[in-house]
Amino acid sequence: MDNPAIQGLITIIVGVGGCIGYFYFSNQILDKVIFPARGENAGRNINRANMVRPWLFLFPAIFALGLYLGYPVFETLRLSLTDRVPGGYEWAGLSNYSQMFSEPKFWEAIRNNMLWLIIVPAVSTGFGLLAAQLTDRISWGNVAKSLIFMPMAISLVGASVIFKLIYDARPADTAQIGVMNAVWMQFEGGIGSILFLQLLPSLILLCFATFVAYFGYVFLRPMWQRDGGHSAALLPLRILVAVAAVLLVWECASSALGLWTASFPYGEPQQWLTIPFWNSFLLMVVLIWIQTGFAMVILSAALRGIPEETVEAAIVDGANPFQIFFKIKVPQIIGTIVVVWTTITLTVLKVFDIVFAMTNGQWETQVLANYMYDKLFRANDWGVGSASAIIIMLMVMPILVWNVYNVRKEMR
Amino acid sequence: MTDQNVDRGEIQAASSQFLSGLFKGKAQSDDGIAGGKSSLTWAVHISVAFLVALWLFPTVGLFVSSFRTADQISASGWWNSLFPTEQIIQLRTGGADAATQLDGVFVVEGNLLTDGEGPGTEATISAFGVSSRAIGAFQAGETAPAGDGEELTLMADGSYRYTSVEEPGRRGQRVFVTATTPPEFTLDNYRTILFSGQGQDNMAKAFFNTLTVTIPATIIPILIAAFAAYALAWMDFPGRALLIAMVVGLLVVPLQLALIPLLKLHLGIGIGKGYLGVWLAHTGFGMPLAIYLLRNYMVGLPKDIIENARVDGATDFQIFVKIILPLSFPALAAFAIFQFLWTWNDLLVAKVFLIDSTGSTTVMTNQIVELLGTRGGNWEILATAAFVSMAVPLAVFFAMQRYLVRGLLAGSVK
Repeated sequence: MDNPAIQGLITIIVGVGGCIGYFYFSNQILDKVIFPARGENAGRNINRANMVRPWLFLFPAIFALGLYLGYPVFETLRLSLTDRVPGGYEWAGLSNYSQMFSEPKFWEAIRNNMLWLIIVPAVSTGFGLLAAQLTDRISWGNVAKSLIFMPMAISLVGASVIFKLIYDARPADTAQIGVMNAVWMQFEGGIGSILFLQLLPSLILLCFATFVAYFGYVFLRPMWQRDGGHSAALLPLRILVAVAAVLLVWECASSALGLWTASFPYGEPQQWLTIPFWNSFLLMVVLIWIQTGFAMVILSAALRGIPEETVEAAIVDGANPFQIFFKIKVPQIIGTIVVVWTTITLTVLKVFDIVFAMTNGQWETQVLANYMYDKLFRANDWGVGSASAIIIMLMVMPILVWNVYNVRKEMR
Repeated sequence: MTDQNVDRGEIQAASSQFLSGLFKGKAQSDDGIAGGKSSLTWAVHISVAFLVALWLFPTVGLFVSSFRTADQISASGWWNSLFPTEQIIQLRTGGADAATQLDGVFVVEGNLLTDGEGPGTEATISAFGVSSRAIGAFQAGETAPAGDGEELTLMADGSYRYTSVEEPGRRGQRVFVTATTPPEFTLDNYRTILFSGQGQDNMAKAFFNTLTVTIPATIIPILIAAFAAYALAWMDFPGRALLIAMVVGLLVVPLQLALIPLLKLHLGIGIGKGYLGVWLAHTGFGMPLAIYLLRNYMVGLPKDIIENARVDGATDFQIFVKIILPLSFPALAAFAIFQFLWTWNDLLVAKVFLIDSTGSTTVMTNQIVELLGTRGGNWEILATAAFVSMAVPLAVFFAMQRYLVRGLLAGSVK
């Protein structure tokens, strides 16, 4: 019994046998004993048995769902409002929340989570769309796809090891074994450095800022075009997007400017993961690397589902390739893009392993999931830990509501 | 990706039309399109190749590193390991006990590359020096004065002749050698990690622990979810729509929420931390996706078959076992792969529900995180450990990819 392999085997047999046995015998008992399909009430009994049967089929699943996902939501909510005292729990009101809100680490986690939430889904979806569009038109596209998709099978911990090697730093007089420092050591402040470290990044930042500004403009335009009756309901959302866009543009512009005033420490290997603010981006790269394949696979299927006629018609009308892509193809798969975006958003909200394995939240890389783990299992503060879990739940809530709304709509 | 292959022809037709549209402006006639098309195709080929290379580069780096010795890893970046590398090595000639006296001078002869700590016969020496301030002062084959009437002649193959007027020191003359070593790979790291390693360096136990977690945690939820999915797809009862909506809602509930309440529950009812707890937890957490995926697939099965079977007097249990289950194989496989990858790669659930203070039930992900803390600089250990943990999921991924893709599509695109 002590050997886990034997224990595992027994569990499989007991679990699988138990499940099959449960389903088989409960059906048998229902049909033969409780509501036998014979005698004077045969017809009524069959109907009754058929009313009960779905619940027999559903019971184990509902039980597992309720116990392992439903109950914890409420229990966590309760725990977040109580304090653990010797011998039990004590009602604490919102004191856990106010304690959490007063911690700078929490706000750091919120700020980083916001960055993750904006950047990872956007970049993964963008790269995924690009890869899908490109691989669909070459003969070895499927091979390319499966190679880009491969990181999906790699654990977040494994990916963290992979990227830690890339970011590794060695003393200046020895060979650099991390790619990033090996490349960094090639720069010495000459024209190449200006080109690649200042001009190129600021151009990228400005392009991104322009894109965000345009997106914000498109989103806000209906506000002064006063023709849609539904715009009142969307007003808070529009304002939120506008504020976020302005903030992002401001951030981009100021960092682009900062690139030209900063002095780079040429010739010194950098401990990349200890550079505040930028290290968060290096952690995001890991998740983007993993999630792009997912976005690509789904968007590729969506692109293939576009009716040819629409593209042909656009060609006949003289649309250029960019117009075809952005005005014909993208609008037709926008639903899929939203699905991919929200799925990656959910993954981002739960991201724990990467931060835990690479920096453990040091050097200002904390995120909510790791903050929560810290509170629960290191500080052993269940109240604040549960409160931060509730914050994650609140951030997931809009997606939850949206999904449920869509499914309900679909089933009607 | 068979279902994608089905309409490959159509897509290629569509894309070639698209491409011909691209060059409408440039092309004089239809005949002119061919040339323009091929140049654009080349651009696509090159960008895809670049993208693939970018995506493979990180993994390849770790993979190559896992076949190098610790010295090689710290001597050069892995991208150099495929080519001969130039290293500077500090070696010593033989000392006083190796010296012979000849015409009043002490002579030591030998081979720097093969004697003692030398890098082996495969290396060749291009330059050498006898002082740390002039490491590469002399070419191979030259004779270097080492002060006080000492001289050293060193050949490219490592053979040397060292002469000294006075009796040489016991430890011999220090020589800095610039040697070119051919690419060399070794399986020693894997031997250490899988068999001979001590303590944390040995992953064999963690490997079996991971396997023990994974298999029951993959099989049991499938069975439970399949019955529920059938009920939600093909049985009519009040509250069905509500249940489906609930499953969709629970799909996104972060499992972080469940950690403390369930750990409390497990400790309370006596399961404690251990395999049973982690199996149950994975079963619960995988359930919404399982039900959702399987129901989506089962709803799409042809209605006629099921209704005919009902008319013929089959019970729901028979319909499920004899018709639905075999037909749903692709969806079952898809979910099995998801759940397998997820449980194999999981760190959080294992840390909370499985690994107790003795650490005897540690899984591979956890052990790698611990290695990152204790052996952060020992890349030969880290890289190999990471690859041992990745090997199985990668094999499953490449073998079952088409089910995985199908499952992804069923799970997210509606």
